[in-house]
Amino acid sequence: MTTLSLRGLAVLTFVSLAFFSNARADDDTIHVGEIASLTGKEATFGHSSHEGTLLAIEEINAAGGVLGKKIELITEDNATKPGESATIAKKLISRDKVVAILGEVASSRSLEIAPIAQAYKVPMISPASTNPTVTEKGNYIFRVCFIDPFQGTVMAKFAKQTLKATRVGVLTSVSSAYSVGLSKYFKETFAKNGGTIAIEQKFSEGEKDFNAQLTAIKAADVQAIFVPTYYTEAALIAKQARDLGITVPLFGGDGWEAPELLEIGGSAIEGLYYSTHYSPQADTPEVKGFVERFRKRWNGETPDAMAALGYDSARVLADAIKRAGTTKNTKLRDAIAHTKDFPGVTGKTTIDEHRNASKAAAIVTVHNGQFKFVQTVSP
Amino acid sequence: MVEFLQQVINGVSLGAIYALLALGYTMVYGVLRFINFAHCDVFMIGAFAGMYIGRHVPEETVWGGLTVLAGAMLICAVLGIVIERLAYRPLRSGPTLNVLITAIGVSLFLEYGAQDEHVFGQRPQAFPQIFPNTSFQLGDVRLSSNQLIVIVVTVILLVGLRLFVMRTRLGTAMRALSFNPKAAQLVGVNNNVVISATFGLGSALAGAGGILYAMNYPSIEPFMGVMPGLKAFVAAVLGGIGNIPGAALGGLLLGVVETFVNGSDYSTYKDAIAFAILILILLFRPAGLLGRSTVEKV
Repeated sequence: MTTLSLRGLAVLTFVSLAFFSNARADDDTIHVGEIASLTGKEATFGHSSHEGTLLAIEEINAAGGVLGKKIELITEDNATKPGESATIAKKLISRDKVVAILGEVASSRSLEIAPIAQAYKVPMISPASTNPTVTEKGNYIFRVCFIDPFQGTVMAKFAKQTLKATRVGVLTSVSSAYSVGLSKYFKETFAKNGGTIAIEQKFSEGEKDFNAQLTAIKAADVQAIFVPTYYTEAALIAKQARDLGITVPLFGGDGWEAPELLEIGGSAIEGLYYSTHYSPQADTPEVKGFVERFRKRWNGETPDAMAALGYDSARVLADAIKRAGTTKNTKLRDAIAHTKDFPGVTGKTTIDEHRNASKAAAIVTVHNGQFKFVQTVSP
Repeated sequence: MVEFLQQVINGVSLGAIYALLALGYTMVYGVLRFINFAHCDVFMIGAFAGMYIGRHVPEETVWGGLTVLAGAMLICAVLGIVIERLAYRPLRSGPTLNVLITAIGVSLFLEYGAQDEHVFGQRPQAFPQIFPNTSFQLGDVRLSSNQLIVIVVTVILLVGLRLFVMRTRLGTAMRALSFNPKAAQLVGVNNNVVISATFGLGSALAGAGGILYAMNYPSIEPFMGVMPGLKAFVAAVLGGIGNIPGAALGGLLLGVVETFVNGSDYSTYKDAIAFAILILILLFRPAGLLGRSTVEKV
């Protein structure tokens, strides 16, 4: 808490300095805004992405910055609250004169920032929002992660090829845009590849009892169950499934990735699979170097997917500023849009015509109570 | 058939928890004629108390589990008595509406107080496996040890409560108070003691409910009591508010109905269907399923 309020104070001091000495500050540094959920319910996501982003900015500045200037990261916390992100975005643009905004992780909060960034023509790069509608808000909105249709396709292929399943059950949360979207794309691809969706059961956000749905799925005699939910539900579903004597594998998407999955799920999540953006165990020089530098900077913490995506979002932006040769909004926008084969830690990043990144997904399993990398699936 | 029996077991173990929680609503209503909205938050505190006590006893042992259960019930009983003493007793002579609004205030205080980072925090936390975890195969139907514990503990507590209310002096005093508080006082019943005991007993049952709920759904957070609390309140009305066997019956019925709707294609209409049934029953039996005796009493 102390560090947070100190950081807040630092930001405040900086903001007031920038406010009073506007012209001079602009000459010395390039202002980049960051919006993250540093407190509240999804603080885990915000902290990870912030640590990754800050590490990237520090490295870029240590290497001499961009266009001969240092980058100044202005971080703001939205406390995981709806409505806050929009206010913060306006403040960052009009008061701090940021040249671009990095954030948010959650799609719902990115959707708040996007219309404002678009209206002021300030490029925005979301590190980890996978809902397709985020970048549809306008031509200034980008992301450095894959989107849910791709993730659904990857898991459908995985179910068929690796799990050898032809009959699967699906358990969807009907009140979560993420879950409904992912479920839809999974079912489409799985059926197209000749598989059968034997049964789909539904629940609403906030439910904790899935025994009834799981009993119905068990009676449908499936070979695997797709569970496109966030980690808390996934852990509870896995636990109840095992108690009901369901032994077939369960698998899901990137919403599963959090230490809470292991804490709540315990032995029930052993041997389950999910797709995500990257694994710290992947055997590439980019990942190894990143994990090592991240641990050194943040007291031995291992970077998760949000940290890696935060890191990549800042570096894609810095790369675009270099190529644009200016921070002027139209030129910067075009430079981001032309990002091609950028060597990020989450894979080679290419921004497509819909301003989404197409990149590989990593499949992770749980083995002996630890996340374990299985394979990479290319688009 | 297998699926049907399995759903019955799922429904009964869910309904048993509603029943435990419904008892607290019904007991307080029977004695004081108001709805204790803070009851579902006592349930939440019970689960958190269980989590903290669970860290100091060996996991997955019967004795460890019983210690957690007893400890949480004790803490909740004390909390219930303190809430009554501080928040409800000073208002007892005023209109019931004042107490009702205070109850909502206490409920919000407990929920948002618990959200503070220095109390429990906002993030869902994992509840430990306190009892040994196995499952029993009865033909093709499966019963997990957690479900069995829920059913057994609920039955024991229900029978115990019934005996307490019918056979002991304090229980008799409670019943006397629910008939007529003034008359009870005139014949020598100490109303304050009896009301404190009612809150203590009801809150202890909520604490037990919290532990049983957290065992089956081991992710606990400060708002975990809101939905089960609402359902338990409905169960109490369904069975006939103020009536103890009625609350148990209402809880079981609601749990089974919910489970069957959940397992069908209409799972997202679960609450709508459960509440439609409530409305239907109340149309034909306004006092609830077993509520006739209460009406006669008044």
